Amino acid sequence: MEIKKVAVIGSGVMGMGIAAQVANAGLPVVLLDIVPDDGPRSALAQGAISKALKARPAPFMHKRVAKKVTPGNLEDDLEKLADCDLIIEVIIERLELKHALYRKVEAVARPDAIITSNTSTIQRARLIEGMPAERAKRFAITHFFNPPRYMRLLELVAGDNVDADVIDTLTTFCDVNLGKGVVRCKDTPGFIANRLGTMWISSATNAAKNHGFRVDEADVLVGKAFGIPSTGVFALMDLVGLDLMPLVGRSLYDNLPEGDAFREVFHEDPMVLQMVEKGYTGRKGLGGFYRMNKEGGRKVKEALNLETGEYYVASKPKFDSVEAARKGGPRATLEFGDKTSAMSWEWLRQTLSYCAELAFDICDGIQATDDGMKLGYGWKWGPFELMDRIGPKWIADKLEAEGYAVPALLRAVGDGTFYKVENGELMVMDQAGAYAPVKRADGVLLLSDIKLTSEPLFRGRSASVWDIGDGVLNVEFHSKMNAFEEGHFKALNMAMDTIERDEKYVALTIYNEDPRAFSAGANLGEALFAANTAMWPVVQMSIINGQKALKRLRFTNFPVVAAPAGLALGGGCEVCLAANAIQGHAELYIGLVEAGVGLVPGWGGCKELIRRHTSNPRGPKGPMPGPMKAFELIATAAVSTSAMEARDNLVFTQEDGITMNRDRLLADAKARALAMVDSGFISPEPVEFRLPGPSGATAFHMGLDDYKAKGIASDYDMVVGAELAIILSGGASDPTETLGEDDILKMEQESFMKLLKNQKTLARIEHMLNTGKPLRN
Amino acid sequence: MSSVVIAGYARSPFHFAHKGALTKVRPDDLAAIVVKGLIKQLGIDPTTIEDLILGNAMPEGEQGLNMARMVGLLAGLPQSVGGVTVNRFCGSSMQAIHDAAGQLSLSAGGAYIAAGVESMTRVPMSGFNPMPNPTLYAQNNGAYMGMGETAENVANQYQLTREDQEQLAVESHAKAKAAQDAGKLAEELVAIQTPDGSTIDVDGCIRPETSPDGLAGLKPAFAMDGSVTAGTSSPLTDGAAAVLVCTEEYAAKNDLAPFARIKAVAVHGCDPKTMGLGPIGATRKALKRAGISIDDVDVIEINEAFSSQALACMSDLSIDRTKVNLDGGALALGHPLGATGARITGKAASLLKREGGKYALATQCIGGGQGIATVLEAI
Repeated sequence: MEIKKVAVIGSGVMGMGIAAQVANAGLPVVLLDIVPDDGPRSALAQGAISKALKARPAPFMHKRVAKKVTPGNLEDDLEKLADCDLIIEVIIERLELKHALYRKVEAVARPDAIITSNTSTIQRARLIEGMPAERAKRFAITHFFNPPRYMRLLELVAGDNVDADVIDTLTTFCDVNLGKGVVRCKDTPGFIANRLGTMWISSATNAAKNHGFRVDEADVLVGKAFGIPSTGVFALMDLVGLDLMPLVGRSLYDNLPEGDAFREVFHEDPMVLQMVEKGYTGRKGLGGFYRMNKEGGRKVKEALNLETGEYYVASKPKFDSVEAARKGGPRATLEFGDKTSAMSWEWLRQTLSYCAELAFDICDGIQATDDGMKLGYGWKWGPFELMDRIGPKWIADKLEAEGYAVPALLRAVGDGTFYKVENGELMVMDQAGAYAPVKRADGVLLLSDIKLTSEPLFRGRSASVWDIGDGVLNVEFHSKMNAFEEGHFKALNMAMDTIERDEKYVALTIYNEDPRAFSAGANLGEALFAANTAMWPVVQMSIINGQKALKRLRFTNFPVVAAPAGLALGGGCEVCLAANAIQGHAELYIGLVEAGVGLVPGWGGCKELIRRHTSNPRGPKGPMPGPMKAFELIATAAVSTSAMEARDNLVFTQEDGITMNRDRLLADAKARALAMVDSGFISPEPVEFRLPGPSGATAFHMGLDDYKAKGIASDYDMVVGAELAIILSGGASDPTETLGEDDILKMEQESFMKLLKNQKTLARIEHMLNTGKPLRN
Repeated sequence: MSSVVIAGYARSPFHFAHKGALTKVRPDDLAAIVVKGLIKQLGIDPTTIEDLILGNAMPEGEQGLNMARMVGLLAGLPQSVGGVTVNRFCGSSMQAIHDAAGQLSLSAGGAYIAAGVESMTRVPMSGFNPMPNPTLYAQNNGAYMGMGETAENVANQYQLTREDQEQLAVESHAKAKAAQDAGKLAEELVAIQTPDGSTIDVDGCIRPETSPDGLAGLKPAFAMDGSVTAGTSSPLTDGAAAVLVCTEEYAAKNDLAPFARIKAVAVHGCDPKTMGLGPIGATRKALKRAGISIDDVDVIEINEAFSSQALACMSDLSIDRTKVNLDGGALALGHPLGATGARITGKAASLLKREGGKYALATQCIGGGQGIATVLEAI
């Protein structure tokens, strides 16, 4: 069965967010809610859509997508459910209301339609009480996390009697179309993420208090050393909402049996309850464990003193034990021997034991548990992967020595690890202590798996080349934030040399698995150092080498597919523009942002944007519209907030592909490259440009003057803009003449060098390096 | 020599560019519907028309080629009726009226359609290919200066406060709303069918809720520390307008009831940096040619391109504000560049008839530094 039309019932934050993600996937959605006491009858759903269009982070990937959501109400529009393949219930967590709704839906839904609930606290067995048996076979729980567009985890709970096609259909739809990491869960309270996550948060907050750490200290201690995002636990609670946390905890407490370890750890914090009453519900409210104090016109981040309830200026404390993990791994932190080690051990002991106890009770075991925590909380390693890094035996011995129970799984693993590579294959332990291959869904290809079981063809300091099978090589960037430097070009050239030389290789992909950045741009630190020491020839060579490598990508005789996800800024954007095709993750923040640091794109970015906009068949004709659009995008350092938006800027063309699920990106890019090979790839011909010349530059100057008057452009923006005006108008060219691609590249190079020699550019770069924010000088 | 009269006036509803109801309507179609509507309303035989003179400020894209000829053919005018497109930016269709009057004074036929159109949605204000002359820009950047900046210059030169400017906007919207409610605008409108099948027969730019408080909350639109806002600037607008310019003999022969006689016309250049002051010189010239003073004028239509320039012109010309823009001005109704001249001249003529009085004046400023004016006389 293929899902072609969806209904979401309940237009609260979750319902609206789920509806928006379905619309992002390109499907029509009906969004229904109750009829309010007064006002228009569909006001709730309509209002939710308008609110979603303004909400940040944005639920919609493009404002156009909102048109796919049809608002309605549960009295007049029930018949709209009749042609829906999937109906998702996202109403308040009250069983009798859910049952009443299911009866109402049953009257109109197609017999083969699938119905799911987004419940987080009610078990499926209760939901299907009183439901016709045939419907129960097509009923499951699809538990999304907030916000549904951005949170990757989706917990799928289906009972034994659910039709296999329902499970397959839901899994495929949520994975491929909605881009979620689908993890099958058993029908137990809190499923995986809420059950284990609440235990983790409770034990870590208790440990912080028990050992007398402040909230900003605790978040640092809980974080990096253990592969946990810098939000730690307190900032995470602010993000989730302090009003929700006690509800989830209380619901679990009530539903879990006597003797469950969570019941020992959980206690409602009166301070939190008081804060919620006063509107301190976290980031969405007045503040939480942290707040931004804007008094006096400056934003100051403050943290809550857990004893006095007063705020103090927060800092980012450093701990030697955390630093020790850089080299020694998480165990070095635990073995450091001060009170930070004791604090970390306390929550890890409780959390990891709980995970080990429950892995096979709440889901299919070790891999599913790890997936749940990684996808649900952004942990770099799941609890079992973390235990492998610490050493399962070390943990078991320490538990035993301190008189705590050792979970059966920890005993079973002995002095081995939960995961291991055997005969080039990644294996995971089962409940009996035997090993079986790690399962990946069809169409999922992870570089991290390839890296576990093979050696790179080339390993550089900042980029490496991997054979990803079927004759495709992949260049992986791995510098800090994947900032571009000489090594990237070296790896790209090595890969191209190999493919050109060796017949067994036919295509190249450019892809990495950094969770934040495909590439955040050029290595500004290097550029600043070179400028400060006046190493101009070095800088110039780096520009020329970059231009050469990216030009080679475009014109080489095999297809090159860039597969960006996350940030692809400046040079990161330019490498994508140079590829023959882009297969991008839907969550893509891509653009030419060089102007922000007082530079112009120097690796062909200007040339590529002009090329794309002058050859746009839907754009107006003449010498100006193409360069004008390129000027607007580059001068304002425009960054798209999704791959869909990148299409508006022609950074993505209609031919470029979008992958919703991050884990499918490499497989899709590889398939794309191979399809290009199969269809007889012919490398593109260089294009010739007819550009407006000085008249066009004058028009750009007029635009700049206007921006200046309005206070949008700063003094130095005018200088950078003037250089851009020269490049994008074609310098001294004239519409009667043609320019080649190299002519534009030369102008990029000249302007780049000129600007880099300007002290104000250096001030911008320095400011960006120090603060992460652009300087308006 | 025969005297020249304005014997008919019609226009499309005016709607916001980019977001209004006419965004999907091509400008040539829009003008053709209005021309056709005017002829139908007057019941004249189209073969008696000499020429269609069409004003347009950005004649390219869908407004390109000789749009007047295309509009004539689209409107079903006989092939024998000519078509010429004229461009004097915002003064284009007032120029069309002047051209028609000039031709008639040479006895070149008996009747002309003088019309104007602008789709500011479909052809952007500086065109698709703005390619200013670098030498001229270096010598005199006012020649290419944005209109908002000139409005700021005028506000500074005349020391007009933001409140003064906003007061005019509030009045303009209130007058337009009152006229709309009283059905005084409906009588000049030709309904437009849009490609999606809907019928647009009401103006779309009037905001009756416009208040001093609301306007005070807007940010300056053109200069960081400026006083001109979106609320005190005429909006980007889609619209078309047309008038019948003919000899008195033609009107009599065709049973038309002319609104007014064209008494005098003028154009006058001024500093491009304060183009909004263009009406001052043009009006003085036209009044002098008509042999009257401003106090002799009973009805005045002065285009509100911006509050600041309209206020400056009224102050400089010692205009009695109670005589001005009786049914609202461009701040409320909108300003589709090429169409405005025909609207305000047609409107002044029809108001002279409706309100009574001896003389009317229609005048407007023009980007690049010009003014244009028409003095009308009751019949």
